[in-house]
Amino acid sequence: MRAHAARPVRKGAAVAATRLAQRLAALLGSLLGGLFASGTARAIPLPEDKGEAMYHLYEGGGVTAQGPALLVRKSLADKVSLSGSLYVDAVSNASIDVVTTASPFKETRTAYDLGVDYVYRDASVSFGMYHSQEPDYTADSFSLDVSQEVFGGMTTVAIGFTRAIDAVEKKDSPEFSDYAKHWQYRLGLTQVLTARLLASANLEVVSDDGYLGSPYRVARVFGAAVPERNPRTRTSRALKFRLIGDLGERNAARVEYRYFWDTWDIKAHTLEGGYSTYFGEGWLADGLLRVYSQDKALFYSDNATTETTYVSRNRQLSTFRSYTVGGKLSYVYKRVPGQYEVKLNGSYERIQFDYSDFTDLRTGKPYEHAANVLQLYLSATF
Amino acid sequence: MQRLAGLSVLPAAALLAGCAVSMPEPWVKPYERERLADPIMKFSRDSLPDRHREHVFVVREGARGATGAQGGGCGCN
Repeated sequence: MRAHAARPVRKGAAVAATRLAQRLAALLGSLLGGLFASGTARAIPLPEDKGEAMYHLYEGGGVTAQGPALLVRKSLADKVSLSGSLYVDAVSNASIDVVTTASPFKETRTAYDLGVDYVYRDASVSFGMYHSQEPDYTADSFSLDVSQEVFGGMTTVAIGFTRAIDAVEKKDSPEFSDYAKHWQYRLGLTQVLTARLLASANLEVVSDDGYLGSPYRVARVFGAAVPERNPRTRTSRALKFRLIGDLGERNAARVEYRYFWDTWDIKAHTLEGGYSTYFGEGWLADGLLRVYSQDKALFYSDNATTETTYVSRNRQLSTFRSYTVGGKLSYVYKRVPGQYEVKLNGSYERIQFDYSDFTDLRTGKPYEHAANVLQLYLSATF
Repeated sequence: MQRLAGLSVLPAAALLAGCAVSMPEPWVKPYERERLADPIMKFSRDSLPDRHREHVFVVREGARGATGAQGGGCGCN
């Protein structure tokens, strides 16, 4: 930024205003030119051909969810990149809800998705389809995302849309059948700030319509268990800012913050920081810390003492905090430059959930539990 | 008084004009982005583990969205 020499005030201000207008016009022209450029030779590459195979485990609060997941991505004729993935979640649920109000159960969720990515000059277009199936819940969605690099590749603008329709059923109750529809709109901006610093901002709005609770869960009103009653619509917004910087000596650090608010009056803050460092021959280590805090939904009650239209004792809607500490190790198992690379990865996270207004009915104290999250996976680029 | 107000507007306008003129010029050239291309500078390195992690939190916390990931849909409620 240059300092301008002092000039007669009015003339100076007029000149500055004219220049400002000219420069704003130039900036707008450059933006639009970048968006609709046809003369630039540079093009962004297709996503790398890749395979991932993972075993994942979540264990905590009486719930164990584990299973395999696979992903393959391959480009065709350097024009499009196709991807497909399969994800299996075998759940054994003896959570506090289940233990205090129902019976433990086991079920398996299977999900798969297919995607197509297409790049043209500095723009990329992605289309995806997703299907998830469990005995009493089926979800289908499709999504479209477009991103465009501008300012000589220093800025990336992305917009996206997902439309999802779920079928909600209740085991052993064929008379129960409902739906949930979701609309997701997202907007993203990634900016190269310096040769060592990247920033991004993301906004996502999600609107839901339909059955937005669980047909098994109960609420407490005057100490008695009653089926929960949730509103049939919800709109949420989330705004996230991220910063990642190279610290030299093959180290990097990142920090991110997300603010969330919705029409159920939940407000949440998520703060996360991470550090990555290469060491030895082919090793990469990552560490992270995450703090999450939320206020309860308007109609959440541990034990309601008035009759209201909506009432829920879903602890996901309560006031609580969670703290996460985690680490990850990656090792380059085999690398043939220009041909392929195979990495072995392992990650572990420990989460502590502390609920402020969800009573453990077995002890009469606020509920809390810890959880372990494990991922073991192989990733290969070819 | 008017002169004082004008004096205070001038640096602000000059600052804005200065910003406006420098913004359209990419100040980090492609050949200066070697460090930015390193995998440790990516917000997401692998797709499956990130999706699993996102699922772990989204089914237990009230907040959702703005993860920076494309697509979506978690099949959970």
